Amino acid sequence: MRTRLFAILAALLLAAGAAVAQEPIRIGAFLAATGGAAFLGDPEQKTLELYVEKLNAAGGLMGRKLQLISYDSAGDAEKARTFVKRLIEQDKVDVIVGGSTTGETMAVVPLVEAAGVPFISLAGAVVIVEPVKKWVFKTPHTDRMACERIFLDMRARNIERIGLISGAGGFDKSMRGECLKVAPNHKIQIVADEAYGVRDTDMTAQLTKIKNTPGIQAVLNAGFGSEPAVVTKNYRQLAIGVPLYQSHGVASKEFIKLAGDAAEGVRLPAAALLVAETLPEADPQKKVVVGYSREYTTRFKSDISTFGGHAYDGLMLAAEAIRRAGSTNKEAVRSALESIKGYVGTGGVVNMSAQDHMGLDVSAFRMLEVTKGDWVLVK
Amino acid sequence: MSAQLAQYLLSGLTIGAIYALVALGFAIIYNASHVINFAQGEFVMIGGMATVAFAGAGLPLALAIPAAVLGAVAVGLALEKFAVEPARGASVVTLIIITIGASILLRGLATLVWDKKLHALQPFSGDKPIELAGATILPQSLWVLGVTLGIVLLLAWFFGRTLTGKAMLATSHNPLAAQLCGINVRFVLLLSFGLSAALGAIAGILIAPITLTSWDVGVMLGLKGFAAAILGGLGSGAGAVVGGLALGIAESLGAGYLSSAYKDAIAFVILLAVLFFMPSGLFGKKSAERV
Repeated sequence: MRTRLFAILAALLLAAGAAVAQEPIRIGAFLAATGGAAFLGDPEQKTLELYVEKLNAAGGLMGRKLQLISYDSAGDAEKARTFVKRLIEQDKVDVIVGGSTTGETMAVVPLVEAAGVPFISLAGAVVIVEPVKKWVFKTPHTDRMACERIFLDMRARNIERIGLISGAGGFDKSMRGECLKVAPNHKIQIVADEAYGVRDTDMTAQLTKIKNTPGIQAVLNAGFGSEPAVVTKNYRQLAIGVPLYQSHGVASKEFIKLAGDAAEGVRLPAAALLVAETLPEADPQKKVVVGYSREYTTRFKSDISTFGGHAYDGLMLAAEAIRRAGSTNKEAVRSALESIKGYVGTGGVVNMSAQDHMGLDVSAFRMLEVTKGDWVLVK
Repeated sequence: MSAQLAQYLLSGLTIGAIYALVALGFAIIYNASHVINFAQGEFVMIGGMATVAFAGAGLPLALAIPAAVLGAVAVGLALEKFAVEPARGASVVTLIIITIGASILLRGLATLVWDKKLHALQPFSGDKPIELAGATILPQSLWVLGVTLGIVLLLAWFFGRTLTGKAMLATSHNPLAAQLCGINVRFVLLLSFGLSAALGAIAGILIAPITLTSWDVGVMLGLKGFAAAILGGLGSGAGAVVGGLALGIAESLGAGYLSSAYKDAIAFVILLAVLFFMPSGLFGKKSAERV
């Protein structure tokens, strides 16, 4: 009788132990796979799916399989909140990688901070990591870095007086604010400052005002979404003549497709990923970006974008942190994330710290120019 | 300064012509049935998206455009046959809500049939800007203005000189009397929906190369076209055209001289102002109820 009881107990314990060991590592994601930000969320979704599959094929992490639970927030902050709540409370994920847009990311920050879940955001604005929030990290370069990179290139072309045009979205407003703030440090004067609304389809009025501002030497469109393509088309229509700079928010072939011929000559800061094949061999990022670029294009038969690259970095950083922590204990993973140094990603070389939850510097941004419908590295 | 003004006026006229076409669609259906068809914007969307789809499938533009217009007309006729006609006896408010429901359905169907992405349609005759009085205008804008003018003249001839057109006008004045005169009122209603759908689709196709098209362009364009129709006087054809052009120009001047961030608000501020102070619009007949 006692041996029977003992045997049953042992079997139960063994089963329980086995069950825990088989528990998958749950990666939660909320991405703008549809809607105005679909050209961000769609490659991000595909990238996460592809690499979770690859990691599982290679044996998973610590012997456990990865499980990706992702929702389509369509660029809507309200939906993002609902889905993150579900990820935390119902799906009980171990780490969250997501938030294609700044608006969505900032909307869920209170949730992840309260619940104590490590969250790697894929959105651009600097407010995400400044001031530093305990549980929030991000992989894309910030809008402030974009402004600085653009201003550096402008100074190299002896441009001093510029016009600024931006939209109403979270990213637009943040980048406009950052550019206004850092412009004096680079001796750039912003002499015109226009705005357009969400999903606006005609910016000729605003651009006419900028065109007629005396002494304009370049125009910066601190925007994201579908509007910059319209701005670019209107820009060519009005024959404004001076260089047009876009933000890294439109670093995707979709933008070139929508803007058509008007995109020729437009410059923007972007990750080395977009020019992977033409990077010099000695470049530290060459191996990673070429690898990701080839794997993505082979699998999905479509162009890569920096946004998919950010998702790749986010997933790999999360995986590295889990490996270092040796468990999915949320606090351990969070500390491990903070300790990552010298990680070579598609966005640049990442050096995280307790004060810096992004880990990139301005050199991670390259200046690209649209030439004959494709990206070309500006030396 | 005047080059700037010229630019605003030209942009305003271009988008105003589109609002005029949409407003005409509202006017025609309102005349035939006293129903405000809030799915009008969706006809605009269908025109643009269907053309993009057909052109993407390999059809030359000259075939894709008529095919898209026919598609929109088919949707318009289906809307009338299956949504409006069965509810003919219902109150006007009920019918309006039915059209709102139809517009939501059409938007949802659009995301299934096509997708949620933005699409560019190639311009009809290139996109090299043309200089005019110090401002620049796209060749596509000339298409918009030219085709709109042509359509307005065509409609004027149709309603003024053909029997079918006069029958539609008669129905709008007094449906019972028209029926007694032997006019098939149900056919007139069907025709009005088909005609409005065609107008909306043409507007959508004309503007797609300039403003890009997607599954939800119909919402704003429909509402602004409605504002233009109210401005001009609901039911008046001339009012629809004048209202559309006026609205387009007001929007462009407002964005240029007042505030570019609140461009969309201009149309709706005008709508509110008209409804408060001049409900019958610029050309509408002041209605009096006999008690």
